[in-house]
Amino acid sequence: MAGQGWTDKRPMSPHLQIWKFHPTMLSSILHRATGVANAVGVAMIVGWLFAVASGPEAFAGYDAFFSSIFGMIILFGFTVSIFYHFANGIRHLIWDAGKGFDPNTANLWSIFSLVFGVLGAVALWAAILMQG
Amino acid sequence: MSNSMRTPLGRVRGLGSAKEGINHFMKQRASAIALVFLVPWMIYNIVLIACCHEDAAARFEAANAFLTSPLNAIFALIAIGASLYHMRLGIQVVIEDYIHASGTKIFLLLLNSFVTIGLFAIAFYSVFTVAA
Ligand code: HEM
Repeated sequence: MAGQGWTDKRPMSPHLQIWKFHPTMLSSILHRATGVANAVGVAMIVGWLFAVASGPEAFAGYDAFFSSIFGMIILFGFTVSIFYHFANGIRHLIWDAGKGFDPNTANLWSIFSLVFGVLGAVALWAAILMQG
Repeated sequence: MSNSMRTPLGRVRGLGSAKEGINHFMKQRASAIALVFLVPWMIYNIVLIACCHEDAAARFEAANAFLTSPLNAIFALIAIGASLYHMRLGIQVVIEDYIHASGTKIFLLLLNSFVTIGLFAIAFYSVFTVAA
């Protein structure tokens, strides 16, 4: 077989070029992406704890970075990530209980997780920024 | 012989299953269930500290006041600990899925464990320093 190429015309199993887009595919990819992003976020929280332990000057530096526009964009991204992963993680736990597998429910949850992630983060940040 | 699903080597060794097939899966779920409660608690408290104070000095005071309460300090460490535990398991799967060269894979898996332990050590030191 080596070097002869694939001659069977029938579709091979899951493959990027023949897979129609569907919501559960997106939510699966995003669960992994947000899981990795959350890892970075947890490291930022640990850094924040260390800054608190290191005294007012160190804390002021850390605080200044995350108060900047750049820092806030990172924090907003982390917020979306944690909200999405939270909603979709609960869906994973429901799946583990053997429920929610029929295509309609599964697709709806995928969209819900996404909406929850984005709107939840926007709502939280709106509330924070209105506090001043 | 031909209708056995086991490999010849497995049959010769005769050790049977290590009974660890779902171990990793269950640990990821157990930590996920804990995080359903711990993550909102942690985010809520960080947001309260970060949002509603005049300047970095006031936020520093608020973070100190928060961690000085024993219950908060203990739960903060549980939240960070559960997150890191879940993170290590999750990142392990991502590495195993994408990295197949065994040297690189072992290196990254070790790195994953060391980073996790390092982050927990920093978190523990920090919370302990502030709380004590
Ligand atoms: C908010 C509460 C959380 C819940 C309910 C939750 C739930 C889950 C579940 C059920 C899985 C397994 C998914 C699968 O088997 O495909 C998972 C995977 C993962 N989680 Fe979480 N998680 C949470 C928070 C976090 C946090 C804080 C982090 C980062 C430290 C994180 C990082 C990951 C990673 C890296 C994976 C692996 C992704 C993959 O294999 O594709 N999660 N999460």
